[in-house]
Amino acid sequence: MTEQKSNKKTEEQNKNIKIVKDATCTFCGCVCDDMELHVDLDEKRIIKAKNACVLGRAWFAEHTIEDAPAALIDGKEVSVEEAVEEAAQTLVKAKFPITYGLSDTTSEAQKQAVAITDYIKGNIDTTTSVCHGPSGLAFQGVGESTSTLGEVKNRADLVIYWGGNPAESHPRHFGRYAVTPKGMFTPNGKKDRTIVLVDVRKTKSAGVADILIRPKPGKDFEVLWALRALVKGISISTDIEKETGVPLEVLTDLVERMKNCRFGVLFFGMGLTMTRGRHFNSGALLALATDLNEYTHFVAKPVRGHGNVTGADNVVSWQTGYPFGVNFSRGYPRFNPGEFTTVDTLSNGDADAAMIIASDPGSNFPKKAIEHLKNIPVVVLDTKSTDTTKLAHVAFKTATYGINTGGTVYRMDDVSIPLRPAFESPFPDDETILKAIKKRVHELILKKNDSRGASGEAKVAAAVNPL
Amino acid sequence: MLIPGRSAKQGTSLNQGKLKEEYKEVTSTLEMNTDDMKKIGLVDGDKVRLSNDIGETVVSCIGKKPEDLSEGVLFIPYGPPSSQLMESDTAGSGMPLSKHMMVDVEKIKN
Ligand code: SF4
Repeated sequence: MTEQKSNKKTEEQNKNIKIVKDATCTFCGCVCDDMELHVDLDEKRIIKAKNACVLGRAWFAEHTIEDAPAALIDGKEVSVEEAVEEAAQTLVKAKFPITYGLSDTTSEAQKQAVAITDYIKGNIDTTTSVCHGPSGLAFQGVGESTSTLGEVKNRADLVIYWGGNPAESHPRHFGRYAVTPKGMFTPNGKKDRTIVLVDVRKTKSAGVADILIRPKPGKDFEVLWALRALVKGISISTDIEKETGVPLEVLTDLVERMKNCRFGVLFFGMGLTMTRGRHFNSGALLALATDLNEYTHFVAKPVRGHGNVTGADNVVSWQTGYPFGVNFSRGYPRFNPGEFTTVDTLSNGDADAAMIIASDPGSNFPKKAIEHLKNIPVVVLDTKSTDTTKLAHVAFKTATYGINTGGTVYRMDDVSIPLRPAFESPFPDDETILKAIKKRVHELILKKNDSRGASGEAKVAAAVNPL
Repeated sequence: MLIPGRSAKQGTSLNQGKLKEEYKEVTSTLEMNTDDMKKIGLVDGDKVRLSNDIGETVVSCIGKKPEDLSEGVLFIPYGPPSSQLMESDTAGSGMPLSKHMMVDVEKIKN
């Protein structure tokens, strides 16, 4: 052991350390649940995160307890109760309130957010609309041949990544699920698999690829459609190379590999959904996977970004029937991407109040949407200060999920995983605040209905909706 | 054509805080094909103005080998500068075209 290492060890021994085994990292959609966290209980920080990747280590190391107020109204410190009251009043007063974000919080909190939006007859949307929203549309149109990451690890012998760079965005996707791990029918790990990477750029992920395919930017649909044709035995002209940048031999070789593998998987990223073609691109890829099931077992999975964006899709789906972009203004849920998705409700100037949970549209939305956000009252729940908290009318600082709070998150393959918190936070968590807002919103709505003489109906509502 | 995306550095600096210097620096560094850079007389670290019908932003650029980043393609980690250039029309999908932005690149004279 080097001197430096042993010093570090004695340093750790002198501290009040708690070890949390099998903790879960919620930074990205891989949701690795094999973390061993070393927590300095005096300083309230995680000093070591064993098994975490570079992103996970930064996630655990940087989420310390900030010396900041738990709640602000227009930048002035207030009590959490006052902020809850103001948030509820703001939302109830609005004619077109929107709820947005939800990908970095627990499913328990997501459930509360849907209930609030239902009460205020608002509009609920999640960050899915600006990441895999187009894939959500494609799922409805084409269907999904799906599997868990466990099946991929144990069975897949052909792994294709399309339009993504997991080496930098999901660093353990390769090692834990799809490229190097040894599985039941893949006992030799990477040696038993062929890895194909399709991307317009040569990224850091190229290092693991046996085959690298680089279409021209914006030509994914054409490549996917050509592959579908070849799978069905339809001949394709060599001109395909001029159009897409990919030679016909490369496509023919890939089709042979796809048809002859034992278990194939297509992982796709935002290189498909955020470019020209959007849901047509995802749809073409899903259709290709379905076509291949005539020959072998083939699945397709989106590689999801935030820790619980998959949970947001699940929760909003089981509560409203639709995954994102849902509007309750008529008293029942309606789904219309392009109208009820947040970039649109903001850019078109429809929204007159917003509640943003664990997300930062103030930084990463188009300019026009951000301008509108600056002109309406915004309620924000976030663990850190962001451009969105800066423009908030009411801002809550909240505890971090998976570090300070328990709860449930969904991995990118729709598997639900429980969280094990490491240390307590002085700030309330999203679920607690949202429950309080929900209670107050409900009271205010009942009062409003009472004053309009709708007391009978309101009382029935109160009876069937115990808070 | 500009392609904003994720990078490991963008991910780690994001955890420190989005209002911190490192995140700002990472999200205002543009990767560009070295041949394209030569054509407009740019060296690593030079400032360029990216603009389109939506807006403009000033970032610094670093070169990437032509075999890694094709001619005419630019890459930048997601962040406030890339949002300045993003179209708000989602064509009925909810998704703005976030990875397919046609922009003009212009060297800023020191
Ligand atoms: S791959 Fe994702 S979930 Fe796993 S440790 Fe890294 S950041 Fe965390």
